[in-house]
Amino acid sequence: MKQVFKRPTSLIDVPFHFCPGCHHGIIHRLVAEAIDRYDLREKTIGVASVGCSVFMYDYFDTDVLEAPHGRAAAVATGVKRARPQNFVFTYQGDGDLAAIGTAEIMHAANRGERITVVFVNNTTYGMTGGQMAPTTMPGQTTTTSPYGRATEDAGYPIKMSEIMAQLGGVAYAARVSVHNPKHLMKAKKALNRAFECQLNKEGLGFVEFLSACPTNWKMTSLKAKQHVEDVMVPCFPLGVFKDAASTEKD
Amino acid sequence: MAKRKLVNGNEAIAMGAIDAGCRFYFGYPITPQNQIPEYMAAHLPKAGGVFLQAESEIASINMVMGAAATGVRAMTSSSSPGISLKQEGISYMAGSEIPGVIVNMSRSGPGLGGIDPSQGDYFQATRGGGHGDYRTLVLAPHSVQENYDLTIKAFDLADRYRNPVVVLGDAILGQIKEPVALKPPKPAKERPREWVLTGCEGRKARLLKSLYLSDGELTKHNWRLYKKYQQMRKEVMFESVRTEDAELIVVAFGSVARIAKTSLEMAREKGVRVGLIRPITLYPFPTEALQQAAGFTKKFIVIELNTGQMVEDVKLSLCDRAKVEFFGKPPGAIPTPDELFKEIKKALKRMS
Repeated sequence: MKQVFKRPTSLIDVPFHFCPGCHHGIIHRLVAEAIDRYDLREKTIGVASVGCSVFMYDYFDTDVLEAPHGRAAAVATGVKRARPQNFVFTYQGDGDLAAIGTAEIMHAANRGERITVVFVNNTTYGMTGGQMAPTTMPGQTTTTSPYGRATEDAGYPIKMSEIMAQLGGVAYAARVSVHNPKHLMKAKKALNRAFECQLNKEGLGFVEFLSACPTNWKMTSLKAKQHVEDVMVPCFPLGVFKDAASTEKD
Repeated sequence: MAKRKLVNGNEAIAMGAIDAGCRFYFGYPITPQNQIPEYMAAHLPKAGGVFLQAESEIASINMVMGAAATGVRAMTSSSSPGISLKQEGISYMAGSEIPGVIVNMSRSGPGLGGIDPSQGDYFQATRGGGHGDYRTLVLAPHSVQENYDLTIKAFDLADRYRNPVVVLGDAILGQIKEPVALKPPKPAKERPREWVLTGCEGRKARLLKSLYLSDGELTKHNWRLYKKYQQMRKEVMFESVRTEDAELIVVAFGSVARIAKTSLEMAREKGVRVGLIRPITLYPFPTEALQQAAGFTKKFIVIELNTGQMVEDVKLSLCDRAKVEFFGKPPGAIPTPDELFKEIKKALKRMS
């Protein structure tokens, strides 16, 4: 019988530590599938960030370097400049990439570093217990915005994909979601494209994943999934914000 | 005979790095060390290397960490305020045991301070500098020649101990011009390096990290690092000048030691028997050399371009074996050999 589904080779056969309903596991799997698809496992150097995503090295069967909080894009720059023949990706959450690491991601993107950036946006600091993130939505309650994020003094959710699309060195910037199979298939395509940007030396490939955090949102897994659809997607529109390949065709 | 070239101190650092096989430089402009990135920008591409001007000091040190994790020789340089920003990355490099060279052509502080020469970063350099229980090797040149030689040495030590190494100069040592004998070392022997990240082709996947959460794991890691730092003691370097018959020994490092050498000659001409011990490695500190010198005289004066930092290590080394005085010159005016000679005489009188 033909095998139609299996664990990606790049993913180690251990249970994820992520909370039930968290989308990190799905996103990890998608990344591993893309690594397998392009036969990159033995060529990959992953750069881990700080937050729930730090343990990616427990799951990816590739070389991994752990970066300081927010600095993954700079660390990946160093890796890729020294080893252009390797495939280099970062895996970062919203606190890491869109708050403390803003300078590093902006400039790596602007230089057009040949790296692939997997950005997971769940609108909160998951690992530290659900504090307000740069991506926290207006009115959203967190442990450090107990009365809801007030835009007049706490600002607005930062839209990284749209910002990335403005930078010359970015070849591809897209926002996707994995809360249902339809979106998951689109996410897979986007991730493949972001991998190709590096393989074809086009520039930096950036994919923002909307992700549920049921634990810190204080929701059931099902409710959190629905929350992505009903509340997050309207705030963070899905789509491709830049694709160097299609821009060239225009 | 080695080729000699008249260059400034910063250029000598850059030339030493390239001769040591460093092909990856990441940095950010700051006075008084800009000739280092400028030299690298002009010469590294010709040597087949990469020069990258980063968006910040923080990014630079993280790029060094990324490049060095793949096994290449990589460096960054800066001056005091910029070195403060790099401390996060240096701590991670120490924790993950990733080598790298960090040059601090230090200026004055605290804060923005000024661009005068200063030795105010001694504590920062010798105590690790960032968070956590770690150390970096610290080399302190006192001439343009040593800038070149010790930069080469720094790369060897970084590789040998898988640890960040700091070259601590100052604005004087960056700006003075002197002839340098260029002595490029033979390419270092390929060591078996079972830790570098190159992709896991034909081997198990590797991980470089500094996070240890399991019970007892970090305790073990910290003790292992400690043992490594203890092994570094065999790298101690110092210069000893006429200590055997000295009534008083000056302890000074870097640029001020250079000035003190002239004061010592002045003293000797006047029949005042002064000696000098100049630590070249600030970490590990030449404790035993000082203890031995205490067998010749019980009178020491520590001279620094700050309000008193290395003097603590001298006192720790000597305990109550000798009297230790201090003369400090915080940034703003460089002491003359005359001035130091006067201070030496005063100290001698007080201690007699």
